[in-house]
Amino acid sequence: MSATLLLEQCLNGMQLGIMLFLMSAGLTLVFGIMNLVNLAHGSFYMAGAYLCAFVYASSQSFLLGVIAGLGGALLIGLIAEFLIFRRIYKGDHLDHVLVTFGLTLIFNDLARLIWGPAALFARVPPFLAGQVNIFGLISYPAYRLAIIVVGLAVAALLYGLLRHTRLGMLIRASASNRTMASALGVNVVVLYALVFALGAGLAGLAGLMAGPIFTVIPGMGDNVLILAFVVIVVGGLGSVEGAFCAALVIGLIDTLGRSFMKPLFGLFLERAAADNSAPAIASMLIYILMAVILFFRPQGLFPPKSR
Amino acid sequence: MTKERIALALVVVLALLPLLFAAMGESYYLTVATRMMIFGIAALSLDLILGFGGLISLGHAVYLGIGGYAVGILDFYGINNGFVQLGVATLASAGAALFIGAVSLRTSGVFFLMITLAFSQMVYFLAISINSFGGDDGLTLNAHSDLGLNFGNTQVFYYFVLACLAFFLWLSFRVVRSRFGMLLRGMKFNESRMIAIGFPTFRYKLTAFVISGAICGFAGALLANQTLFVSPSIMQWTRSGDLLVMVIAGGMGTIVGPVIGAILFLLLEKVLASFTTYWGALLGMVLIALVLMGKTGLLGSMTKGGRSHG
Repeated sequence: MSATLLLEQCLNGMQLGIMLFLMSAGLTLVFGIMNLVNLAHGSFYMAGAYLCAFVYASSQSFLLGVIAGLGGALLIGLIAEFLIFRRIYKGDHLDHVLVTFGLTLIFNDLARLIWGPAALFARVPPFLAGQVNIFGLISYPAYRLAIIVVGLAVAALLYGLLRHTRLGMLIRASASNRTMASALGVNVVVLYALVFALGAGLAGLAGLMAGPIFTVIPGMGDNVLILAFVVIVVGGLGSVEGAFCAALVIGLIDTLGRSFMKPLFGLFLERAAADNSAPAIASMLIYILMAVILFFRPQGLFPPKSR
Repeated sequence: MTKERIALALVVVLALLPLLFAAMGESYYLTVATRMMIFGIAALSLDLILGFGGLISLGHAVYLGIGGYAVGILDFYGINNGFVQLGVATLASAGAALFIGAVSLRTSGVFFLMITLAFSQMVYFLAISINSFGGDDGLTLNAHSDLGLNFGNTQVFYYFVLACLAFFLWLSFRVVRSRFGMLLRGMKFNESRMIAIGFPTFRYKLTAFVISGAICGFAGALLANQTLFVSPSIMQWTRSGDLLVMVIAGGMGTIVGPVIGAILFLLLEKVLASFTTYWGALLGMVLIALVLMGKTGLLGSMTKGGRSHG
């Protein structure tokens, strides 16, 4: 394995990690503040991907596509919050699981009804279609690099929002003690809706960026959702910073495992055995990591300080 | 009517059903009914930890997969002895449950839910990535488990599954009524109090988790025998969701309720699927309505107190 390949795979890993972070930020905020388990979060990701790919293809404008994907996911989140989610915040986790599982089924079938069961083609915009030369070392797809840049920028914005604005202060206050925040005059109903829509928008952003890389099909959000669960469990439920670190670590480990497990195993196993066992182990790697971390720290790596 | 009576009535009805199907000349229904009973066993196993332990597992289908693959892989290597196959399927699932439980039971609530989901996903991807056993396409079995019975005959297999169902119903009632079952319920309502009286709760929960996984693995082995085929899709995460729905629709903590829930769920699936390919969306709407209107389950509303979980 060469250094350039390693660098390239590291960038790929970062890109997956950024994507996972955008997914898990909303999930972990919604859990931290509303105590809601949302299995339908992957649907916002799917909505972002579908709307962006569809609008971009029919209007030929990438900007419109992004607006549709981001705004659509946000709007769907807001409507779903208003119609359904706000009725179940007070319920127990089993209620959440049933309702959001039901919503996932509905959204997946809706996507199938509107766009059919086959994959929808998502195009990379022409201005990002080329390769970028990084430090004269490797040439890397501009689109993937753009994902990393956008993701890091969003992460920085989110950090600024949560740490240095009044809204962020209210969100953090509600996360650490929601009864007290409400007693002190915070309008929690509006705040909940805002946080929920914010999470849905972030998931939509992840989805619309993922469209050209992964396939846009019904149910595409489910696998990402489960990875995002691993991220927030490892990072510590309710902690955005923890989700950021965990997402990057998991993105890197998963990507590097898939590309370097085979040559690594080839060093001390026969070729056939390595070919057979490496993909199996690589696909289990992040779950094993999760098991090990949870065994020693059941509350995750960076649990929020007060709950 | 007590739950035991309902269970007895259910078994009697199921025992008479083949006669009805024979009179109607519809032997295909027998296969459908067998599948329902197998899922009934799986749902019943989930009820042991969900309804009595209060543990929301969103990865229970993984044991269906492990049980199924245990039979499939043994068959792949030419081992057809039914006692070996069913035994290995049960033990392998119990082992997996021991490992998964040892990690996930250190946490609780949402953590538990997400971790069980993640582990089931891990095994799912493992099954997809091992190409020697069919990978994504699944593994076709050469023969049924050889127990000295002709499993190829749908009627024989039906009665075998029914006997298993009856046995597991009886076993579960015994477990739940025992001191162990009382402890489980006590932990569900107030775990810290149970710890305070001096019970090592982790050990009891883990035991229940392993028993439940083993029974579900057995169901997986039966499923593989029915279709002579196993594929990763039998442990897809939505399948775990389906199992949860079966248990809740039938009534948590009632043992026999989830079996009826499973039968109704598969019946609904069959009926809706014959009208529309979008039956998942319909099921989703039913689920949401079920919760928003206050879920008690079919048998839950019959037992006093309504909501049977804390």
